[in-house]
Amino acid sequence: MTNWTTMNWTLAIPEIVLSCFAMAILVFGALWKRESFRMCSMMAVGALLVTAMLVVSNSSGIGYRGLFTNDSFSGFIKLLVLVSSALGIIVSLDYAEHENLRRFEFPVLIMLCTVGMMIMASASNLMTLYLGLELQSLAIYVLAAFARDQLRSSEAGLKYFVLGALASGLLLYGISLIYGFSGSMAFDRLATALSDPTKASPGLIVGIVFVIAGLAFKISAVPFHMWTPDVYEGAPTPVTSFMGTAPKVAAMALLVRAMATPFGHLLPQWQQLIVLVSIASMLLGSLAAIGQTNIKRLMAYSSIGHMGYTLIGLAAGTAVGIRGVLIYLVTYVFMNAGTFACIIAMRRRGRMLEKVSDLSGLAKTDPGLAAALMIFMFSMAGIPPFTGFWGKYFIFTAAVQSGLWTLAVIGVLTSVIGAYYYLRIIKVMYFDEAHEAFDPRPGSLTFVGGVSAIFTTVFFLFPAPLVGAAEAAARVLFG
Amino acid sequence: MLVVGLGHYLTVSAILLVLGVFGIFLNRKNVIVILMSVELILLAVNLNLVAFSAALNDLAGQVFAMFVLTVAAAEAAIGLAILVTYFRNRGSIQVEDVNLMKG
Repeated sequence: MTNWTTMNWTLAIPEIVLSCFAMAILVFGALWKRESFRMCSMMAVGALLVTAMLVVSNSSGIGYRGLFTNDSFSGFIKLLVLVSSALGIIVSLDYAEHENLRRFEFPVLIMLCTVGMMIMASASNLMTLYLGLELQSLAIYVLAAFARDQLRSSEAGLKYFVLGALASGLLLYGISLIYGFSGSMAFDRLATALSDPTKASPGLIVGIVFVIAGLAFKISAVPFHMWTPDVYEGAPTPVTSFMGTAPKVAAMALLVRAMATPFGHLLPQWQQLIVLVSIASMLLGSLAAIGQTNIKRLMAYSSIGHMGYTLIGLAAGTAVGIRGVLIYLVTYVFMNAGTFACIIAMRRRGRMLEKVSDLSGLAKTDPGLAAALMIFMFSMAGIPPFTGFWGKYFIFTAAVQSGLWTLAVIGVLTSVIGAYYYLRIIKVMYFDEAHEAFDPRPGSLTFVGGVSAIFTTVFFLFPAPLVGAAEAAARVLFG
Repeated sequence: MLVVGLGHYLTVSAILLVLGVFGIFLNRKNVIVILMSVELILLAVNLNLVAFSAALNDLAGQVFAMFVLTVAAAEAAIGLAILVTYFRNRGSIQVEDVNLMKG
C-alpha cells in the first residue's frame, strides 16, 4: 500500500493524541467512582501541554493528500489555542466547585473543542474547514448550556445553537457554491483556478460572501454579532472566558487562511466587505458598550470591537497585516483570560457578582485584584506600554502601509471612545466608595490573572520572539 | 420533453435555503420549527453538493454530502438535548418566551 506513505498522517499526531486523551479521560471519568472533576481537569491540562510539545516538535508539510497542512502559521495558532484552552480549564476549577458544576465532561468538552480548533488551523480544504469548525461549535453549544439547571445558561445555549446552526448552514451553502463554480474544494487548486480574477463567476463571489458571513458569525463581527451579548451573559463565566478566547482565535485564523490562500487573488473583491465589517464592528463595540452595567455584557461588546480591530489587519491583505493580526490575537487572548479570571473572582458570601458597580472601592479591599484588572483595562483601551497598545500599533501600521487611511483613522477614534468605558471601570475601582470585601480568591484564579498581567505588562521589553514568530507565520500566507 | 439540468437543482436548493432562513426568522411559534428549518438548510446544501458533483463529474461533492449528513445528525441531537434542558427550566418552548436576556 503506497497510500500510507503519501498520506503523511504523522503530521496530525498532535490532534490524534489529543483526541485519544479526551476519550481516555471521558472513560476514566465515567468509571471512576469518586469525585473526578478536579483530577480530570488536571489530566486535561496535562494532555494539552503534551499536545503543545508535540505541536512544537512536529514537522511542516501537507498530509492526507492535501486536506491537512502544517506550517508555521498553523503551528502559531495551535499553540495559542492550546494555551488559551488550558487557561480556560484552570479558570473553571474553582467556579465549578462553588456553582455545583463539578462534572468531568467539562474538561473533556474543552479538549474536543480544542481538537476542532487545531483542525481549523490546519485546514487546507473546504471539507476539513467545515468539519473542524463543526467539531468546535458543537462542543461550545453544549458548554454554553452546561449549567443545565439554570434558565439563563440553557437559554444562552439555545440561542447560540440556533444562530450558530444558521451560520454553519450559510457557510456550507457558500462552500457548495464555491465548489460548484470553481470545480474544487482544495485550497491550492482553488488558488490556481482563480489566479485570473476576471474569470471569477458571480456564483463564486456569492459563495465567498456566504463563507465570510458564516465565519463572521463565529468571530462575532457586526452584523452577525447579535448572539454575543446574550450568550456571554448567560453562559457560565468560565465558559464565557473560554468562548471569548480560543474559538475566536481559531475562527479568525480560519478566515485569514481562507481569504489569503484560495482567494488571495480576489483581494479587491473581498477587501471591501472586510473593511465594512471591520468599521461596523469597531463602531458598535465602542458605542454599545458604554451603557452596559453587566460586566460580562460589557466584555461581549468589547470583544466585538477587538475583532473589528483584528479584521483591519486582514483587510490590509499583506504579510505585515497578518503579522499584526497574529500579534493582536496573542495580546487579546491574555487580556481576555486575565479579565475573566478577575470577573470570576468577584464573589461575595458565595454569590457570583456581575455588575460593574460591585467593583466599587476594590482598590481598598483587594489591591492585588484591582491592580490586575486595572492593567487589563488599560491594555484593552490601548494605553502604552501594555500589550493592547502594541497590538493596535502593529495593526494600524499595516493599514497605513496598505493605504487604508480611513480604516486606521476610524480605528483610532473608536479606541478613544472605547477608552471611556474601560477607564470607567478603573474609576469605579479606585475612586468609589468601598463595599464589603470579596471572598478570598483561590490560587487558580490568582495564577491565571497573574500570568496574564505579567505578560500584558512586560511584553514590550521582550517583543522579539513573538514578533519574529508572527512574522514567520504571516510569510507563509503572503510570501 | 423537459430535461432536468443543473439549473433546476440549483433553483430547488435555493428555494429550500430561503424557506429555511425565513423559517428561522419569521417563525414566532415554536423552537422545534427552528430545528426543522436548520435541517432544511442543510438539505438544500446537500442537494447543491450532489448536483454539482454530478455535473462536474467529481466525487468530492458526494463525499462532502455524506459528512454533512453525519454532522446534521449530531447537530440535531445536540439541539434537541439543549431544548430539553431549556424546557425543564422554562416550562415552554415558545419562541417569544426565549427572552430572559435582552439583546
